[in-house]
Amino acid sequence: MNAPPIVAPIVPGAPAEELLKVRDLRKRFAIKGGILSRTVDQVHAVDGVSFEIGKGETLGLVGESGCGKSTTGRCILRLIEPSSGEVWFQGNDVTKMDHGALQALRRDMQIIFQDPYASLNPRLKVGAIIGEALTIHKLAPTQKAMEDRVVQLLETVGLQPDHMHRFPHEFSGGQRQRIGIARALAVEPKLIVCDEPVSALDVSIQAQVINLLEDLQEQFGLTYLFIAHDLSVVEHISTRVAVMYLGRVVEIAPSRELYDNPLHPYTEALLSAVPIPDPTVKRKRIMLQGDVPNPIRPPSGCHFHTRCPIAKPDCAQRVPELRESKPGHWVSCHYRG
Amino acid sequence: MPDTFVPDTLLDIRGLKTWFKTEDGMVRAVDGVDLHIDRGETVGVVGESGCGKTVTARSVLKLIDMPPGRFEAGQILWQGRDLIPLEQAEMNRIRAREIAIIFQEPMTSLNPVYTVGDQIAEVIALHQKLSPRQAMAGAAEMLRLVNIPNPQKRVHDYPHQFSGGMRQRVMIAMALSCQPKLLIADEPTTALDVTIQAQILELMQEMKEKFGMAIMLITHAMGVVAETCQRVTVMYAGKVVEEAPVEALFSDPRHPYTQGLIRSIPRIDRAVSRQARLESIQGTVPSLLNPPAGCRFAARCKYAMDICTQGIPPLKEVAPGHRVACVL
Amino acid sequence: MAGSTPASLSAEAPVQAPAVAAAQARKARSISPALETWRRFRRHVLAVTGAVVLLILVLAVLVGPYLWPVAINDIDFAAKLQGPSLAHPLGTDDLGQDLLARMMYGGRISLAVGFAAMLVALTVGVLVGSVAGMSSGWVDAFLMWLTDLFLALPTLPVLLLVMYLFRDSMKKVMGVEGGAFILIVVVIGALRWMPVARLVRAQFLSLREKEFVEAARALGASKVRQVVQHILPNALGPVIVVGTIDVAAAIIFESTLSFLGLGFPSDVPTWGSMLRDAKDYLDIAAHWALFPGAAIFLTVLAINFIGDGLRDAFDPRRVL
Ligand SMILES: Nc1ncnc2c1ncn2[C@@H]1O[C@H](COP(=O)(O)OP(=O)(O)OP(=O)(O)O)[C@@H](O)[C@H]1O
Ligand SMILES: Nc1ncnc2c1ncn2[C@@H]1O[C@H](COP(=O)(O)OP(=O)(O)O)[C@@H](O)[C@H]1O
Ligand code: SF4
Ligand code: SF4
Ligand SMILES: [Mg+2]
Ligand SMILES: [Mg+2]
Repeated sequence: MNAPPIVAPIVPGAPAEELLKVRDLRKRFAIKGGILSRTVDQVHAVDGVSFEIGKGETLGLVGESGCGKSTTGRCILRLIEPSSGEVWFQGNDVTKMDHGALQALRRDMQIIFQDPYASLNPRLKVGAIIGEALTIHKLAPTQKAMEDRVVQLLETVGLQPDHMHRFPHEFSGGQRQRIGIARALAVEPKLIVCDEPVSALDVSIQAQVINLLEDLQEQFGLTYLFIAHDLSVVEHISTRVAVMYLGRVVEIAPSRELYDNPLHPYTEALLSAVPIPDPTVKRKRIMLQGDVPNPIRPPSGCHFHTRCPIAKPDCAQRVPELRESKPGHWVSCHYRG
Repeated sequence: MPDTFVPDTLLDIRGLKTWFKTEDGMVRAVDGVDLHIDRGETVGVVGESGCGKTVTARSVLKLIDMPPGRFEAGQILWQGRDLIPLEQAEMNRIRAREIAIIFQEPMTSLNPVYTVGDQIAEVIALHQKLSPRQAMAGAAEMLRLVNIPNPQKRVHDYPHQFSGGMRQRVMIAMALSCQPKLLIADEPTTALDVTIQAQILELMQEMKEKFGMAIMLITHAMGVVAETCQRVTVMYAGKVVEEAPVEALFSDPRHPYTQGLIRSIPRIDRAVSRQARLESIQGTVPSLLNPPAGCRFAARCKYAMDICTQGIPPLKEVAPGHRVACVL
Repeated sequence: MAGSTPASLSAEAPVQAPAVAAAQARKARSISPALETWRRFRRHVLAVTGAVVLLILVLAVLVGPYLWPVAINDIDFAAKLQGPSLAHPLGTDDLGQDLLARMMYGGRISLAVGFAAMLVALTVGVLVGSVAGMSSGWVDAFLMWLTDLFLALPTLPVLLLVMYLFRDSMKKVMGVEGGAFILIVVVIGALRWMPVARLVRAQFLSLREKEFVEAARALGASKVRQVVQHILPNALGPVIVVGTIDVAAAIIFESTLSFLGLGFPSDVPTWGSMLRDAKDYLDIAAHWALFPGAAIFLTVLAINFIGDGLRDAFDPRRVL
């Protein structure tokens, strides 16, 4: 195995203290089939991912659907068990934690989901949904303390106190997403994994939620792992961005640097495919041929070689490793950087 | 000659109202929409989810279930002839030969139990007398046109054997096989990744040049509009609030809703965005059950005044081809 | 409004100071979930009608015998197969026994069998289904194998065997009727839990992957809490419907058992056995079949409506 790169603090002058460090994380899903439901194949959903996030920072994670972004996020929280690899959070390896330690970790790490309709229990009132964490971790000694805290959380995310007596279906998508955020904030976490929190929302509502997330980060000193497939949103909110392709990180760089000087051919193509809302801007688009390959049998060598415009024969043989091409700018390509 | 030149109008929707009767009352999904499309042009229709884009599109082809739906008012003039009173048979002829539609979900709009070739061949056979073998060859030719590799083999595959992007290509092939004059594309790329979206948009552009048809492109992505359309219609809560040539809309949006929409998207082509806060439109879309009197945007509008809630502001021309429904 | 603060983003109501707001929110205090469900149930006209009908039936069979103290076994050949009259409001059967008295007595047994069997089937089914749905691997595989096994068992031979083996020992312990009751309930329950188990498991498998359950896991909710608070309440809708069908099926199944001589002794009336005895006299004494038939029909219908009402009342998404 390649020695995992140790990424130095990227943004000059930014706090160096690192909160989360992911090392060579892998997750394979078994595909069952046949008569005895044996394992007939494996999906390499996450295939050796390494990165770190500094305190107070936002790391954006982008890539096309199915490239393993959500799986990475869920492995970090141990909502699913990683197949191998390490996840260091404040000096402890999350993948080796026992039940008690994991329970304590739940107060430090939280998650916000993509689908505002599936992420709230339709049978519970908003007060019960937000208050659940308080009950589980015994954070509110009395009923009154509980209600006060719920009201406080509702107001933090821009909802009204009396909303706590309503059911989720009485809210719009954007309001539901706020409820999901309030639920995550209830335990006062340090890190929040945001799994496409605005993808399902309308443009005018997206901006509200992005602003809210930024305000909360400032107010509570939160750290985000911000997963999205919309590059404009990621660029807006992130300090650094990691680009994933078929289970691997192909490039990591400070946000502006990545957008101004993309090194990996995939990043380039991805950026050029984003439609610019300005009819006067005319750009040369790098068209990628074909679809993302099947993650059950990913291409050999560099996963991208089947679609790469500059691929050379040996790209199909050798796996490029993630290396630092400029300070803080990591790329995994044999011919770039 | 140039100053007497009148563009040839294909589709002219005037004051269309399509309402739905539900248990809770009348849903005014489309409540006074004016929209016209000229021969060979691409018109974008943008707006938030539920503002009536799809209902407008389906109304043109009379694909609305009636009941619960009904046309409350208005005209849909197709080459000068009103479609609303047309007979079923005549409508079918127009659907088969003149107006084609592709839908948002590439997954559900193909029939899973027939091969892709069968489905395209069926459309081809609708308007040309061909033997089944010739129709199948035509289907393969269409697949080749939309850049599906190995078309001779792929005609025999079923929809589930195609990826989302390829299914949307198949839908386009199917829509184009009757060589329509107008293609209505209802969010053709919303369910797709950006790189695939770029492929599909390019394909549509190519096809448009080849067949010379007009396109009504429904989307909520302002970027897509800016890159592909000549004119844009902005809808809000069942009504058209602004209509303009694409450059004018982006350089000089007049309606407060359009302004908010354009300013609330993060831009990757501008270096300043990280520091700047996004501008957001506060509040949410009003219910179409009991829409507010007057301007429907008033509850969210930062310029709202008393007169805004008194009467519905009509579409007024503020510059050539640029019309806005706002009292300002 | 660029740069608005988070608290002012929602456009609906003016912002208040937290303390005031909390107090106000508490004033609009929510009623307890049970009361809320009852309120919603009350708005369901058919369900309320069903509940009233069922209540009347239950009261009739419980209190009725005291108001109409006629022995169920008084044989009077002079008055056999009579239609309704003042002396016998529901008429008499082929032995001249009073049908009203027999209906009330038989109703006790039939209703008790129906509800008890449903409870057994639901309890076993929900337990097996939940455990299978929450565990994976061999526990799930074994439980589903067991379910399939029970589904594949030939009903009648097994019944005969069970009755034959246990009837006498049960009779000794519980008395004739008690023994028969327990055996019948257990047998019916044992034959009807499998669909419930499969339904519950299927619901669990899809619900446990839902994001709101995942959110609970991320908050550190224990497995029991995930099930009780999040999964089970969302899985119960279809289970309630199956349960109400089970009551009806059990009442009718009991009559089949009695018919085969495997149920209650033949001199003990139940709605099912009365219907069976009456079928030979349909042309000359239609009333005999009519009353137990109507009683079963009313019960089943009422329970079905109650089931629908309960399902809707438990589901806050439904507008009532
Ligand atoms: N059959 C129907 N019965 C009742 N209401 C309907 C029906 N079809 C559509 N509507 C309502 O009409 C309104 C407009 O719907 P429409 O599908 O046109 O929205 P849209 O602009 O296409 O949104 P999206 O971007 O989500 O596709 C919505 O409020 C919708 O709920
Ligand atoms: N529970 C699962 N079982 C099998 N395959 C899965 C499962 N979850 C995800 N996958 C597969 O893993 C890959 C990565 O998925 P995911 O992390 O959800 O992608 P993303 O979030 O980037 O869209 C996909 O190919 C997906 O089909
Ligand atoms: S390693 Fe080769 S195939 Fe991979 S991105 Fe670089 S040039 Fe392309
Ligand atoms: S009419 Fe009034 S409320 Fe409506 S957009 Fe114009 S200024 Fe705003
Ligand atoms: Mg995902
Ligand atoms: Mg639509």
